Amino acid sequence: MADLVSHPDEVKIVSRRFGMGATNIDRYLELDGYKAVQKALTLEPDAIINEVKNSGLRGRGGAGFSTGMKWSFVPKQAAKPKYVLCNGDESEPGTCKDRLIFEHDPHSVIEGVVIAGLSVGANNGYIYIRGEYRYLSNIMQKAIKDAYAKGFLGKNIFGSGRDFDVYWHGGAGAYEVGEESALMESLEGKRGIPRIRPPFPAVVGLWGGPTIINNAETLANVPHIILGGADWYAKLGTPKNGGTRLFCLSGNIARPGVYELPMGYNLKKMIYEVGGGIPQGRKLKAVVPGGSSCPCLTADEIDVAMDFDSVQKAGSMLGSGGVVIVDDAQCIVKFALRTMKFYQHESCGWCIPCREGTDWLKKTLTRFHAGGGLKKDIDNMQYLSENMLGRTFCPLGDAAAMPTIAFVKKFRKEFEDHLEGRPCPFEEKGAIQELPVFAH
Amino acid sequence: MVPHYPTKRSALVPTLLYAQDEVGYLSDEVIREIAGRLEVTELEVRNVISYYSMLTTKPRGRYNVQVCTNISCMIRGGEQILGHCAKQLGIQNKQTTSDGMFSLEEVECIGACSWAPAAQVNYDFHENLTPEKMDGILAAYRKKGTQ
Repeated sequence: MADLVSHPDEVKIVSRRFGMGATNIDRYLELDGYKAVQKALTLEPDAIINEVKNSGLRGRGGAGFSTGMKWSFVPKQAAKPKYVLCNGDESEPGTCKDRLIFEHDPHSVIEGVVIAGLSVGANNGYIYIRGEYRYLSNIMQKAIKDAYAKGFLGKNIFGSGRDFDVYWHGGAGAYEVGEESALMESLEGKRGIPRIRPPFPAVVGLWGGPTIINNAETLANVPHIILGGADWYAKLGTPKNGGTRLFCLSGNIARPGVYELPMGYNLKKMIYEVGGGIPQGRKLKAVVPGGSSCPCLTADEIDVAMDFDSVQKAGSMLGSGGVVIVDDAQCIVKFALRTMKFYQHESCGWCIPCREGTDWLKKTLTRFHAGGGLKKDIDNMQYLSENMLGRTFCPLGDAAAMPTIAFVKKFRKEFEDHLEGRPCPFEEKGAIQELPVFAH
Repeated sequence: MVPHYPTKRSALVPTLLYAQDEVGYLSDEVIREIAGRLEVTELEVRNVISYYSMLTTKPRGRYNVQVCTNISCMIRGGEQILGHCAKQLGIQNKQTTSDGMFSLEEVECIGACSWAPAAQVNYDFHENLTPEKMDGILAAYRKKGTQ
């Protein structure tokens, strides 16, 4: 469905089988499919965890936590069954990578789920796919069915004496459900409202049992690590940031697409060489480096290695790999407003700072963009956002606040240009909207 | 799907979506039926429905045109596509045409950022859109719907 792109700098690991017909299980087997699970079946659980730990694989959903470390938190003995949950509720604006994995290489995700299960002693895995991705749910259902038919799933997998069941599960439209605890609530048939932690899912997760939750891309990397070895994988990236990453280039870029590049690839090079630069002779204004919740980087800040630690040092986050490029013909106030409109819509309303904060910010930005901004609004937006940080059960509040703070701080002049009824310099001014002013 | 989970209720969200695809929307009757089968109260089912943006208790058009206007699509003209659809169909966001053929919805990120601007008609993705391309897509669905 979605077009594939390629560039000579790409290192294809997760995307190795894209466009090669690997949804067909026999074709997948020809392409080294299900070898990693068979190898993992001969390993001790701790050996699998250590291999993943040493590979430097970090969560591709956004948080960037060490995958091996996460697995090691699952207690060896547990009163309730353990589970593996694959997070395929991809909905961070700017991110469209898990979609390609499900579309082209669904069996690699199944393999990743089984290997994760073997490492912690789980016998059941769930693959959660967002509701909008119906065609991918269909692909995944067929892949699971085919794997059962071959004896790769179910009772006595590969004649090992081990049982492992994998099920698919579908969402019905909710960004919030991409957060791990809300994801479990959704899978249990409830509203996707976050749970308080501790206890963490590794100890008390799905239906009260210890649960590993990993992003689809993270799990799709696991079979390659088991087959290629931790050292090989770690060396593809930078220290403590093993492997490669699927970067989704979108926005004002000549060659948008999903590119698999080594961890630590330079962002400037990614924009100008891999993505072909900014079209129509325009200049770069800002980059959102890892999905809409990451603080933007200005054109002066893009000489940065795209790994978790370097981007964090640069004041942002590597996030989910959604690189949104914004050129100088775009209005940052409008961009901030659209971002906030999204978070206001998706806030589940459970925590007051997020529910009220996103609503106030959306109202203020709407009024501001329409030409009704007051000077004190600029500081108020920053103040409001800073007071949302860390005050919610899940990171949705932070995800709304962090980019807003960056927009206000880094593009203050552009906000000031909208003051005193001055028209938006980028478009025809709309009618001034009479919305309430935050009284701080 | 129920045997896949330790609790019956766990099948609720996908069951609701599949039922909606069959019936067109989640009618009182459908809600009652699902609540009975999964052994939860109707109130709990409605509580869940109100959370998920794809679930609806009101009938929609046969083809639900969902245009993304989130950041990546906005930069590449998603709002123009939405405006164009509104003009061509003669309806606004969240409305249905009088013949019941189309409804229009502005949606959040659908995971087509690198192929923006994008829209989904029911579950089908349409990407790298232009107003002209959108006209062709709408015409094709109209033809399919009148056959």
